[in-house]
Amino acid sequence: MGELLTPSQTVGPYFSMRLPWDQGPYVVPAGTPGAITIIGRLLDGAGDPIPDGLIETWQASPEGRFAHPDDPRGPVPDGDKAFRGFGRVPTGHDGSFKIVTLKPGALPAGDGQVEAPHIDVSVFSRGMLDRSVTRIYFPDEPEANAADPVLAQVPDERLVTLIAVPAGDALLRFDIHMQGPAETVFFDL
Amino acid sequence: MTVSQHRLVIRHAPGELILPTYAKPEPGNHPPLDFPPYKSTGLRHPTKALVLLPHRLTEVTGPLLGDDLITMQDADLTTGHAGEPQGQRIIVFGQVRDSGGKPVPDTLVEIWQTNAAGRYRHSREHHPAPLDPNFDGVGRAITDQGGRYRFITIQPGSYPWGNHYNAWRPAHIHFSLFGRAFTQRLVTQMYFPGDPLLPLDPIYNSVPDEKARQRMIAAFSIEDTQPEWALAYRFDIVLRGREASIFEDEGHGH
Ligand SMILES: [Fe+2]
Repeated sequence: MGELLTPSQTVGPYFSMRLPWDQGPYVVPAGTPGAITIIGRLLDGAGDPIPDGLIETWQASPEGRFAHPDDPRGPVPDGDKAFRGFGRVPTGHDGSFKIVTLKPGALPAGDGQVEAPHIDVSVFSRGMLDRSVTRIYFPDEPEANAADPVLAQVPDERLVTLIAVPAGDALLRFDIHMQGPAETVFFDL
Repeated sequence: MTVSQHRLVIRHAPGELILPTYAKPEPGNHPPLDFPPYKSTGLRHPTKALVLLPHRLTEVTGPLLGDDLITMQDADLTTGHAGEPQGQRIIVFGQVRDSGGKPVPDTLVEIWQTNAAGRYRHSREHHPAPLDPNFDGVGRAITDQGGRYRFITIQPGSYPWGNHYNAWRPAHIHFSLFGRAFTQRLVTQMYFPGDPLLPLDPIYNSVPDEKARQRMIAAFSIEDTQPEWALAYRFDIVLRGREASIFEDEGHGH
């Protein structure tokens, strides 16, 4: 039913020409109380860095709300000035990326279930004809992660690829492996 | 209009949430992630089975990026420099809508492209064609209430790439769209009608369905061509559309 979609094509190597904006990695400004930094590397099937990738993140606020009219729980308290929840960062020459954000809250999932705090991630690069989608979960939420309906569909031995690793004070690491023994879980959206 | 064409998030009884679900693409509509004729896909595609991600709150919302990031000037790639860029001036316009036919308003459209000589303004670009001091090749626009956008730019050139012997990309403009939801995010390329390189291009031909592939070719429009000034190409973009489904939260149904 409906029209055919416009097909996806690769982002190519040159997105980072001028389009990333300076505040892209800063979902919240540096120094925001409670801010966390998520660092990681984007790696290909040979374990080599992908230096021309683009990482985008989308997430709820710490209260588990979205500044978006399609959140059926109604408007967020601060309206337009609310937490926007979007990050965008090109990968560096060593495949590295960094996002500064606030940890999102848990979300109602339906059927009485609750989604553990998570960040949706889109991965783009040259050599990717469509984006790959993954999620970042948090290591300090073992009970919420165990009850998360999305993680429940992931084979046990691969769960580790979706949970960020503590890397210091307010610092987490989330590496993205496109292939290999540690291949990140990607989602069919 | 069917129910799936409405904006569908409505609060009903307390505790009951209705969230849209976005329709899956038809088979063959999007390229496979593993496509050997495009060599770089080899080490960059997932090899293990994808896990189904139902459309819940994070997926049915998305960044509404807007006026704070762009100015009207951003939609005209031919101005903002000391002089005019080299090349054929063109108007690239169209409508962003979903697969139910509903326009997608207030959404960010980003483009990037080569100059008339086939050269990107980028530090990693090595094609020995001249840069144009009057052309950067990036633009942004926000769709209006009818989902329409309009750029003024220059006909991009073809450029060689290393995929195979004598490989040249057909002229194209890269497009990035957000839609209104995480599920609708799309990065694509717009091609030009009649380009002799199209049948030879692994990226264009990675899309299995021929009709879907042709969705990426803009239509020349003499009606929108401006006399003595610029040729016009129409490029409509179709994002995933909605179907309704019902979720209940914890406070309901117990
Ligand atoms: Fe390109």
